[in-house]
Formats: sequence, structure tokens, C-alpha cells
Amino acid sequence: MTGSSNDVAVAGVGMHPWGKWGRSFVTYGVHAARAALADADIPWSDVDLVVGGETVRNGYGGYVAGATFAQALGWNGARVATSYAACATGAQALDTARARILAGMCEVALVVGADTTPKGFLAPNAGERWDDPDWLRFRLLGMTNPAYFALYARRRMDLFGATQADFAQVKVKNARHGLHNPYARYRKEVSVEDVLASAVVSDPLHLLDICATSDGAAAVVLTSVDYARRHGLDSPVRVKAVSTVTPTFPHTVLDMPNLSTDSSAVTGVPERTFKESIGRAAYEEAGIGPEDVDVAEVYDLSTALELDWIEDLALCGRGEAEVLLRAGDTTLGGRIPVNPSGGLACFGEAVPAQALAQVCELTWQLRGRAEGRQVEGARVGITANQGLFGHGSSVLLAV
Amino acid sequence: MTAPAIEGWFTTGADPALLGTRCTTCTTVFFPKADGFCRNPACAGETFEEVALSRRGVVWSYTDAQYQPPPPYIPASDPYEPFALAAVELPEGLVVLGQVARGYGVADLRVGQEAELVVETLYTDESGDRTIWRWLPLTSGHLTELGEEADQ
Ligand SMILES: [Zn+2]
Repeated sequence: MTGSSNDVAVAGVGMHPWGKWGRSFVTYGVHAARAALADADIPWSDVDLVVGGETVRNGYGGYVAGATFAQALGWNGARVATSYAACATGAQALDTARARILAGMCEVALVVGADTTPKGFLAPNAGERWDDPDWLRFRLLGMTNPAYFALYARRRMDLFGATQADFAQVKVKNARHGLHNPYARYRKEVSVEDVLASAVVSDPLHLLDICATSDGAAAVVLTSVDYARRHGLDSPVRVKAVSTVTPTFPHTVLDMPNLSTDSSAVTGVPERTFKESIGRAAYEEAGIGPEDVDVAEVYDLSTALELDWIEDLALCGRGEAEVLLRAGDTTLGGRIPVNPSGGLACFGEAVPAQALAQVCELTWQLRGRAEGRQVEGARVGITANQGLFGHGSSVLLAV
Repeated sequence: MTAPAIEGWFTTGADPALLGTRCTTCTTVFFPKADGFCRNPACAGETFEEVALSRRGVVWSYTDAQYQPPPPYIPASDPYEPFALAAVELPEGLVVLGQVARGYGVADLRVGQEAELVVETLYTDESGDRTIWRWLPLTSGHLTELGEEADQ
């Protein structure tokens, strides 16, 4: 892959294993940051920008995560920023670092996301908020996150003939992918029967179709391509694009945490859905098309959502993802492996860390170092995720 | 005393309907109500009129809640009884979520099927019944042919 002046180098990546460890998010974040710096062989003193992914469930230290991590690593005078973009937090933090590097305002940036999560359903913060859709959806409708995932899953069944066994097969595949990933929380084979025998949470989704919430941390060291070269990295993994586009009015696909969509009556339905536009912006920015993608890490909050993403990223046509799945195309060794890390199925979601974890995995894949789960010959990888309130992201990496 | 669980979002009575707003400049309809400024990026409108939305629409998708949702949801009964949810596309060009009318579940629903708005009790507190809009499936079972949605 030839370089472009809009590239930045991924000099190092690091993670703290996902799980329920009962420690502070700062502990996880520092662990991941140190691992990424060691991987890059770059001293902390060379870092001139720290960008933290905000966590909203860990008090003030979480709101100013960038400074929290910088202080924990030992103040070194670096500039600092903190990003919050729901599930896209890590990608937006990465984009902030990239922008400063490309503007020539910084050479080495450390991007860190870490979380400590509560048990069970992700519920809204306490207090009555009659103008907050994230509060109202629970109060008026009892509409949980899995219920939204279930709406999307049901549409695949009624419109495209997907089955609950298909969804279960996504879990089976990802569980197998994650078996050898030392950072995955769940490393155990799962059968279709296991999934179908687990309790239905929101029809048609079973408990094992839906990802858990986890503690975890991921960090990425980004540098200018110049710095990377001086540092002896001649062909680093490069960030070719970071898409953090918002929806286009009217946003006609029902989105968490909303109770309704925009009306398309006056303006007509847009050419692309929000999720389609996320991937498309990444492809356009990178000058790389879906046909060039070797590996994808997509946000399988539910098994069925992985199938949606495969189509949203144009890796196949609409309604064809089950065909790929059934043919083994999205399995390691197949045409376009999806979630070789094991995905959220094996990790559980650690919101501010998750988009960075996707980047870590693709970096290992494109270096050829994803032991036990390597996509052979991978040169181009893409990530995708979507979160609340019009946030989403896609990062395109290449070597 | 019976009263809506949220003020001004729907009418009650014989033919209940959701209450939205219509931008007087571009005519785009919003639910829940928009006011102050129009969210159509091509429109600078700042005045709105209240509008009752169509009572019938087409099911966009559906699911249920097998486990009791966390607060601020207030369960209607103890022990908890699961309920169904549907997203219904209205002729006004928007999709509106709602619980499904009592006594109906996912087996009574299908993407593309018609549903009609009803008002039922969401929960009861010390001052009486708190009501909410719900979607009533118009044809039970999987008998209905898929609507236009299926062709997309
Ligand atoms: Zn308007």
C-alpha cells in the first residue's frame, strides 16, 4: 500500500485483558498505555499529546480521562484532550490525535480508552429527566438496549429470511475466533444449541446473542510517518481513514435511544442509511474500496448486528450476509473474515475502549502477529461501530 | 384519577392519537414535538402547529421484553409480566416506537402488518392509572402478506 500525506503511523498498540476485575479504570488504562508504549518502543517522555476516551460511569476522573491517564503515567507536560462519542469514543479520540499530527502540531500521541462497567442492563443515570430520550425510553416504554438490537434482528428474519440459528452461528464463529485471544474475556467454544437453549431476552435474541459489558482498556500510539521513519519503522500499519460522520436528515432508521425517527415525508428517504454512510466516508477518505478489504472488526453488540454491519460496509449486498455466514466466508480462512478477535461476543463491551480495541486487533492482523487467529496476508482492515445520539465510526488501516 | 404518563404526547378518548408538531415553513412533522427550531437542515422555520398523527401505520419491526427493564421503568405488576414492543411506520413518514397492546405478543406481529394506536394503563401509582400509547396489531397471527417494506 503506498503512503499518502494524510497517513499517520500506528507505532504501538496495547490492551488490558477484558473481564470483570473490580479495579479502577485508571489501572486498566495505564496498563494498556504502558503496553502500547513498550510495543512502540517509544518513551513516555516523547509523547506530546494524550487523548483519553471519556467514561461516564466513573466520576469526575472519567470525565477528564485524558488528564487522568496523563497524571497516572506521571505528568510529562504533554497536551491533553478527552473525547466522548458513546461507542465511537475511541475512534473520535484517535481522530483528534490524528488531526493534530497531520496538522504538524504534534508528533507522538497516546490514545487511551478504559472502562469499569456495572452489572446487567446499561441503564440511564439516576434522576428524572422528562426531556431526555435516554430516560424516557425506559420510563415510557421499558425499551432496553437489547430490545433495539432485537428490532434490527427481527427485520432480518422477516425481510431476508434469516433464522435464529443464523444468529447463533455468528456467536459460534466468534467464540471460536476468540479462543486464542489473550485479551478476550470469554474463551470457550459455544454451539448453536447452546445459544438457542439460552434464555430469550428480547425475541428473537437469546442471552448468548447479546454482548455483555466488561472492564477493559486499549491504547494506541500514533505518530507522524516522519517520526515513525526516524524511529526505524519503515512500513508501519497506517491509519488511512477515520470516519466519524453524523447522520443525514432525515435519519429514518430507528436508533437507540430514540422513540421515533425523523419524518421523510417532505425531503424523501436519503440515498444511504447512517450506518452505510459511516463506512462509505472511510472508503472515500482512504481511496480504498470494500473489494480491497481483507479483514473487518465490526460492532457485534448482538449477533444479528454483525450481519447488518457486513452489508453496511458493502462487503456484500443487502440481505446477503447470511449467505456469506453460511458459506464460511466470514470465518477465519474464509474470503472476508469478520471479527477475528472474537468480537464483542468474546469481549463484552467496554465502551470507551472498544473502538480502540478494534484498532489494536487490526494492527496485529496487518502486522501478521495475531497469533492463533491470523488472517493470512491481510493488508487492509476496516472497523465499524455505532453508538447513541448519532455517533458512529469506522477506521480504515492498511500496510 | 386516570392521567397520561407524560403530558401532551397523545390524546385520550374514543380515537386516541399521538400529538406531534408540524413546521409551518416546510411542513415536516416531528414526534415527539419539536419546537423552537426546525430540524430539517434546509429549513429555517421556527413556528410549529400541533398535529394529531395518523392512528394507523405499518409495523417496521417488533420484539418483547422478557426481563423486567431497569428503572426508571415502573413495572405494572409484581411478579413482572413480559410485554411486546413495536416500531410502527406512519403515513407521515416517521417510525414511532410503542409497547404492544395488552394480550398481544410477537407471535401476533409481522413486519409490514397494520397496527392501530390505542391508549392503555402503563402503571398505577398513588394518584391513579398512568396511561400510555400502545400499538394494537390489526390482523393476528402470521397471516398477513408482507407490505411494501418486504420489497425494499
Ligand atoms: Zn421546517
